[in-house]
Amino acid sequence: MTRLEESARLLYRGADWDYDKLKRVHDAVERIAHEELGLDTYPNQIEVISSEQMLDAYSSLGMPLFYRHWSFGKHFARDEMHYRKGLTGLAYEIVINSSPCISYVMEENTMTMQTLVIAHAAFGHNHFFKNNQLFRTWTDAEGILDYLDFAKGYITQCEERYGVQAVERLLDAAHALMSHGVHRFPRKGRLNLRQEREREEARRQYLEATFNDLWRTVPTPESGGSAPPELQALDARQRRLGLPEENLLYFLEKRAPRLHHWQREVLRIVRQVAQYFYPQKQTKVMNEGCATTVHYSIMNRLHQSGQIDDGAYLEFLHNHTNVVAQPDFDDPRFSGINPYALGFDILQDIKRICESPTDEDRRWFPDIAGNQDPLGTWKHAWAEYRDESFIQQFLSPRLMRQWRLFRIHNDAEDPDLEVTAIHDDAGYRELRQSLAAQYDLARQEVDLQVVDVDLVGDRKLILEHRVVDGVLLDSASTLQVLRHLANLWGYGVILLERDARSDRVVNEYPEVEPDDPLVDGA
Amino acid sequence: MVNIIDRRLNPKDKSLANRQRFLRRAKRQVLDAVRDASAKRSVKDMRGEGEQISIPADGLGEPSFRKGSDSGAREHVLPGNKEYRVGDVIPRPEGGGGGGGRGEGSPDGEGQDEFQFMVSRDEFLDLFFENLALPDLVKKDLKKTERFANQRAGYSVSGSPSNLNLTRTMRNSLSRRIALRRPKREALRDLELEIDRLERSGSDPERLRALVEELDRQTRRARQIPWIDPIDIRFNRFEPVPQPVSQAVMFCLMDVSGSMTEDMKDLAKRFFMLLYLFLERRYRHVDVVFIRHTHIAQEVDEETFFYSRETGGTLVSPALDEMYRVQRDRYPEERWNIYAAQASDGDNTPADNPRVIQTMRETILPLCQYFAYIEVGGQGLHMASDLWRAYEKVASTQPVMAMRRVRRRDEIFPVFRELFTPVDKLGAGL
Repeated sequence: MTRLEESARLLYRGADWDYDKLKRVHDAVERIAHEELGLDTYPNQIEVISSEQMLDAYSSLGMPLFYRHWSFGKHFARDEMHYRKGLTGLAYEIVINSSPCISYVMEENTMTMQTLVIAHAAFGHNHFFKNNQLFRTWTDAEGILDYLDFAKGYITQCEERYGVQAVERLLDAAHALMSHGVHRFPRKGRLNLRQEREREEARRQYLEATFNDLWRTVPTPESGGSAPPELQALDARQRRLGLPEENLLYFLEKRAPRLHHWQREVLRIVRQVAQYFYPQKQTKVMNEGCATTVHYSIMNRLHQSGQIDDGAYLEFLHNHTNVVAQPDFDDPRFSGINPYALGFDILQDIKRICESPTDEDRRWFPDIAGNQDPLGTWKHAWAEYRDESFIQQFLSPRLMRQWRLFRIHNDAEDPDLEVTAIHDDAGYRELRQSLAAQYDLARQEVDLQVVDVDLVGDRKLILEHRVVDGVLLDSASTLQVLRHLANLWGYGVILLERDARSDRVVNEYPEVEPDDPLVDGA
Repeated sequence: MVNIIDRRLNPKDKSLANRQRFLRRAKRQVLDAVRDASAKRSVKDMRGEGEQISIPADGLGEPSFRKGSDSGAREHVLPGNKEYRVGDVIPRPEGGGGGGGRGEGSPDGEGQDEFQFMVSRDEFLDLFFENLALPDLVKKDLKKTERFANQRAGYSVSGSPSNLNLTRTMRNSLSRRIALRRPKREALRDLELEIDRLERSGSDPERLRALVEELDRQTRRARQIPWIDPIDIRFNRFEPVPQPVSQAVMFCLMDVSGSMTEDMKDLAKRFFMLLYLFLERRYRHVDVVFIRHTHIAQEVDEETFFYSRETGGTLVSPALDEMYRVQRDRYPEERWNIYAAQASDGDNTPADNPRVIQTMRETILPLCQYFAYIEVGGQGLHMASDLWRAYEKVASTQPVMAMRRVRRRDEIFPVFRELFTPVDKLGAGL
C-alpha cells in the first residue's frame, strides 16, 4: 500500500476534532456496528457540550431536562467542588435511553476519545437500550423526553399555583420514597373475552383430566372450620386495597385519602422517573460491559482496516485499560467491583468459550461452548439478561480464578470476618451465587410493603419490612422517611420489621404521626 | 441519519435555579458558616473571589429506606485474593472499610458529617447582607439635587434640528401626501410621455388638449402640496429627570491614641470593612475617607490609618471638624450620600464632650445618612465611657445615629446586622 492510499483511508489525524471528522467517524463506526457486528440501534443524536454543561447534566440524573429541586442543586455543588479540586474527573460521555438516542460528548475530548465515545455510547449503550428486555418492558424510549418535558412544565405550574414551598415539601417526601416507587413485576394485562374463554376451557380440561372423587369428602370452609372473622376482614380489606403493595408511591398516589389531585400527579411523575431508571440500576454491569465490548471491537476493527493510526490506537488502549482496570480488594484505589471490568471480562470470556473452550468450559457451559458464534451469544445475553442472571449464567470458573475472587462473611455480631469461599472447585458455585446476589436489586434493596390500613379506625398505615439475614433498617434515616410518609398519608404510620425466615417481629418503630401534613384541614 | 449538534453555546447555568433553591434550603447552615467566616478570617479573605463553605449535613440529607450497617450478616465477594483459604478469619478492618462493607455504601455517597461546597463572592455577600437595608438609601430631599439626566419623553413639534426624528417626520409626510392625493412623480411622467407621443403623431388633438390641461392641473396640485410640510416635522423630546445620587462616601473615624490596642483596631477594621462591602453593593461608587485622631485629627490613607502608631491625648471634636472640612471640600452633600462610622474605645477628655455634642447635633448628623458608632473593647463591662454617655444624649433624639458595643471578633457581624436591620424587621432575627 502506498503512503497516499494509507492516509486516504485514515479517518482523521491528530487530536483535534471538528464536525466533519465526527460525522466521518460516526459513519465509519456505524458501518462496522451495523454490517459487521449486526447491532440494532436507535437513530443517533450526538451533542457536544462543555464541562459546565456536563456538571449540569450530572446533577439532573443525566437527563437533558428535568424538574427543579434543591437536591439537584446540592449534587451540583458537590460535583462541581470535587471537579474543581481535581478529586474526580468527569465522564467522557453521558448517554440517554431515548429515541433518538442522545449522547453527550465533551468538547475537551481528543478526536480519538470522541471516536471511542461514539462507539461506546452511540452504538454500545444504544444497542443495549434498544434490545435488552428490561428496557423494552419498562421504558419508553420514544416518549421519555416528551414526558420529562411535561413533568417539568407540570411541576413549574404547580409551583406557580400552589407555591414553591408546597411543591418542594411534596417532592422531598416523594424523593425519600423513590427507591420504593417502582413496579418490579409487570402487571397482568386485562384479558379479553376470547382469552378468558380459552382459559376457562383449559381449566375445565384440567379438572376433567385430574378428576378425583375423593376431594368431595374434604371438608370445605362453609361446612365448618372457617377462618376467624377478623382474618376474613383483613383478607377482604387487603384485596380491596390491592395489598400487600410494595410500590409505596403507587399506593399513595391511588389510595392516600387526603392528597389533592395535583399532588397525586406529582407522585406519579416521581414514580415514572424512578421506574424509568429502574432497568439501568439492574443492568450496570451488562450495560457497561456491552458498551465496552462494542467499543473494543469497533476500535480494533478501525485500526485493523487502517482507519485510525497507531498513535490513536495506543491512546485508545491507554484509556481502555484505565476504564477496565480492577484494583484488588487491598489496593487503596479499591472501591468495589468495577462494572466496566466485570462486564467486559465476562463477555470476553464468553467469546473465548465459544471459540476455543477447555474441557472445564464444556462441563460448565455445554450450551455455548465451542458454538463458534460469540456474536450471537453476546447478543442473546444482552437481550435477555440482567446483571444478576447474567453473572449467574456466564461467570466462568476460569474468570473467577483470574480475578481471584473470594467471599467473606461479615456478621455484625462477630468481631472478625470469615472467608467462606474462594476460587476453587468447592467455591465456584457459591461465589457465583453470592456475586449474583450482590447485583440482585430485590435482595439489595429493602423489602418493604404496605400490609394493612385501618380504614374504619384511625386510618393507620401499617408497613412491614421483611428482614433478611438480620439486617435491620438504618433507624435515623428510616424515621425521617416515615415522617415524610406520614405527611403524605395524612395519618399515622407504623413500621414493623419482621424476620423473613422465622416470621417474628424483630423490631418495631413507634407510630409516626404527620407533623406537617401536606394537606391542611381535617 | 446521525444528528450532530453543538450545545456548547446553550445557556450554561441550567442548574442555577436548583442551586438557588439549595442555598435557600441551606440558608440557616450557610448563614452560620458565613458568620463563622467573618469571625475567623481576616477581612482581605472576605473580599476574595469566593468562599468555601462547609456546612453540617443534617437538615440537607435525603433520607431513604436503607439498610443499617450495624446489624445482621452480609456476604461480600471481592477480587484479588492473595493468601486466604476457606475458614480463614480476618480481623475486622477499621471503620468497616477496606475489605468490609464497602460494597454497599450509601446510595448517593452521603453519610459524611460535613457537606462542602463553594459559594461565589456574590452569593456570599448576598447571604451575608441579606435583609439588611441602608437607612435612607436615596437622599431624602431630591429637589435640592442638581444632577439631572435627560430621559426620552415622546415627540414634540419643535426642537433643535439635531433632534429631528426622521422616521416620524417621513411617516407623517407620507400619510399627508396620500390623504391629499398628491400626484405621484411616476403619474406625472406618464402624462408627459403620453402628451409627447400625441404631439408627435398629432392624431388626437382633443385628447392632447385634455391631457395638457390635466398635466397642468396635476403639476399645480403637486406644487401646492409640498413633499414635506412643516406640520410633518417631529423632534425627539427629552425631559430632564432628577437623578438619585448613586455615589456614597464613607468616613471612617478612629481613635488611634495609645489606649487603643491592636485588638481594638482589628475590631474596628473589621467593622469598617463590612460597612465598605455593604455600601459597595448598594452604590455604584463608594469613596472612603479615613480620619484618625488623637488630640489632633488628620486624613490619612488606609495603611497609615490601620497600622501606624501615634501618641497623644484624646479629643474627639477635632475628628468631627476634620470630617466636616473634608466633606465641605470634596463631597457636597447634594451629590453624595454620606455615611460615617466611628470606632473608639470611648476615651475622650471630659471637657471636650459638650463640644462634641454640639458639633454632632449641628453639623455632622444633618449631613449624614447614617452615623454608626461602635465602641470597641471597653474598660469595664458595664461602665459607660465618657464618649458613650455623650453620644447617648445625641442618639436619643437623632434617628440617624446608632451606637453599639463590640468586644469580641465574633460579635462584629451580629452587631453590624443589628445596626442595619430595618426597624420593622427587628426581632425577626437572623
